Amino acid sequence: MTDLEHADRADLEAVGEPAVLAIGRGAFGVRDSGDTSGFGGLVRTLTAPPAATPPYGGWFDEACALIRERLDRLGAPGGVERVIVEHGALRLLVARQCLLEVAQLLRDHPRLRFEMCMSVSGVHWPADHGAELHALYHLLSVTHNRRIALEVTCPDADPHIPSIVPVYPGADWHERETYDFFGIIFDDHPHLTRIEMPDDWPGHPQRKDYPLGGIPVEYKGALIPAPDERRAYQ
Amino acid sequence: MSTAETATQGRVFTVTGGDWDTVTGAPEGEQERIVVNMGPQHPSTHGVLRLILELEGETVTDARCGIGYLHTGIEKNLEYRTWTQGVTFVTRMDYLSPFFNETSYCLAVEQLLGITEEIPERATTIRVLLMELNRVSSHLVALATGGMELGALTAMTFGFREREVILDLFETITGLRMNNAFIRPGGVAADLPPGAEIAIRETLRVLRSRLRDTPSLLVDNPIWTGRTSGVGYLDLTGCIALGITGPVLRATGLPWDLRKAQPYCGYDSYEFDVITRDTCDAYGRFLIRLDEIEQSLRIVEQALDRLRPGPVMVADPRIAWPAQLAIGTDGIGNSLDHIREIMGTSMEALIHHFKLVTEGFRVPAGQAYAPIESPRGELGAVITSDGGTRPYRVHFRDPSFNNLQAVAAMSEGAMIADVVAAVASLDPVMGGVDR
Repeated sequence: MTDLEHADRADLEAVGEPAVLAIGRGAFGVRDSGDTSGFGGLVRTLTAPPAATPPYGGWFDEACALIRERLDRLGAPGGVERVIVEHGALRLLVARQCLLEVAQLLRDHPRLRFEMCMSVSGVHWPADHGAELHALYHLLSVTHNRRIALEVTCPDADPHIPSIVPVYPGADWHERETYDFFGIIFDDHPHLTRIEMPDDWPGHPQRKDYPLGGIPVEYKGALIPAPDERRAYQ
Repeated sequence: MSTAETATQGRVFTVTGGDWDTVTGAPEGEQERIVVNMGPQHPSTHGVLRLILELEGETVTDARCGIGYLHTGIEKNLEYRTWTQGVTFVTRMDYLSPFFNETSYCLAVEQLLGITEEIPERATTIRVLLMELNRVSSHLVALATGGMELGALTAMTFGFREREVILDLFETITGLRMNNAFIRPGGVAADLPPGAEIAIRETLRVLRSRLRDTPSLLVDNPIWTGRTSGVGYLDLTGCIALGITGPVLRATGLPWDLRKAQPYCGYDSYEFDVITRDTCDAYGRFLIRLDEIEQSLRIVEQALDRLRPGPVMVADPRIAWPAQLAIGTDGIGNSLDHIREIMGTSMEALIHHFKLVTEGFRVPAGQAYAPIESPRGELGAVITSDGGTRPYRVHFRDPSFNNLQAVAAMSEGAMIADVVAAVASLDPVMGGVDR
C-alpha cells in the first residue's frame, strides 16, 4: 500500500494544480445591454476533479497497482496521470502514449479482463489549454462484472490519440463517431472516415465552437431566436 | 480504344469508347464482381440503413454499412436545453424503446445529483412497469418487421396488432403512444391515471392469449427455420470482440443481462429468467425474443402487485417538477389545483415554479455512465455536467449503433438473401444508431 500511495503522490506532483476545464461568466447571458442584475461580473471556474486518495476501495486499488506496475516496467511511470473515483466508478486519466499498453493490459490480465469496450465518446473543453479534447472509454469486464472508464486528452493543436481498435475491434465505429464529431484523429485506425455526417462536411459539430444552427421562429407575433441565440440562465 | 495494364492495384482497364467487348470480359481466374448498394430506402433494411454489398454471383464477399441518414444532432441539441427538457430529446432517439432512453438518461442525471437513493419506490416501480411493457412492444416490432423482411407477412400483422394494444396502454398512462418523455430526473411526470392498473391487467390477459399466434406460426415452420437457422452466425468470441450485447450475445449461450448482472431500478427484487440459446444464429435470437416477451410480462405482473400509493417524484423541491400533470379540457397540462395555488394564493410558489421551469435545476459537475439493458443490448448515457442548468455533454452508447458493426462478420460469405435475415436478427433501430 505504501508503494501505491507514493506512486500517487508522484503523479499528483507531476500534474500540479488541477486543470481548469471551463470558465463561466455572468448569470443570465446578457451581453448587449447594461448589467442591472449585478451578476454580470460573476466568474466561476470549473476545475478537473481532484485525484482520489488511496485506498480507493474494492478492486480499484489492485487494478491501479497492476497498471502502474506494467507502466513502470515500460519506463513510463507517469502514464496514469490521475485516478478519479466518482459516483462509485473508477476513471483513469491516461497519457495518450500509454493508452494502448493500458488497454492491452486491461483486456488481457487475468485479474482485470475488461473484454469489451462499450463506448468511446468525446468531450470538448475549450478552456482546458493543452488538453482541449477529451476522449472517454468505457470498458466492461464480463468475467468479473466490473466497469472502468479511461479518459485521454489531447491538445486541439495536435489532436492525435492512438486507436484502440487493435485491442478492441468493437471501438471501430465509436472512434469514427468521435472523430466525426470532435476531430480527434485516432492514429492507426483502419479507416478513420466520417460516419454520421456526410463525407464532405466541414467542421466537427459537437465541438463547443461549432454553432448549433437554427433559424428564428415567429410565435404569436414575437420572433423567437434559434436555441443557441436565446438568452439563457447560466 | 482500350488498353489493359498491370499496376500496383492490380489490372487496370482504360476504356474510352463503346468497345467494352474488346476488353476481356472478366480477368482470368476472377468471377464477375458486382457492388450493390442496398438502401438506404429499402423495405428490408430495417429503416434507413444503407448496405454496400460486394457480390460474387449471389454470395456476399464484402458487406459494409453506411449510416447517418437519420442523424438529427440530438446530443448537440441537449446542450442547449435544461436537464428536464433533455428527456424530450432522448426519448426520440431509439423510437421503439423510448422508456429505456429516458430511464438511462435519468439514472445518469440522478447519479450526478446524488439522489439515486431518494427516488420514490412508486416512481421506480412505474419505470420498471413501463420499461418491461416497452420491451414487449419493441420485441414485437422486431418479430413483426423481421418476419415481414423474410416474407412472413402474417407475422407482421400479428406483431403490430399486439404492439398496438401496448401503445394504447402507453397512451392511457403518459398521454402519448411514442416519444413519451414521461420519465423525468427525480421520478416520473405523473402518477398512473385512475383505472390504469385494471387496464394493464386486462391487456396482459389479452396479450397472453394472442401472443401464442406468432410462435405457433413460426417456431416449427420449415420455411422460417430454413431461412433463419445457421444464418447470421456470430459466436461468443465475435460478440465480445465487437462489443455486442443483448439478444445477439445471449444467443451464444452467455446469460449476460444487466438487469441481473448489474441491477438498477430494483430489478434484483423481481423474479425472472435470463433467456439464452446456444445456436449463435438468427433463429436463436428469434426464440430469445419470444421468451423474453414472456419474462417481461412476468415482471409487469410483479410490478403491478407491488404498486403502493405514494409520491412519484423526489421530495426535494429544488429538483422536483413543481406541478403534477392532469388532463384538462384542452389536453394534458398542469393540474388545476396547482394553477389555482400559484396564481391565487402563493406568490412564492409562482416564483418557484417559474424559476424551476425556465432555468431548471443545477447538476453538480462530474461525469456519470448509466448502462441499462434495453431490448437491443446495453444502452448507456454518458453525461458530463459542468455544474450548470444544462448538460455540458451527453453521449448515448446505443446498442443498435454498436451492433451494426457485426453485419460484416455475420453476412460475408453468405447468400444475399441471408443478409436481410442477419440484419433483422440484430434488430437495429436507425433512430438510435444515428441519434
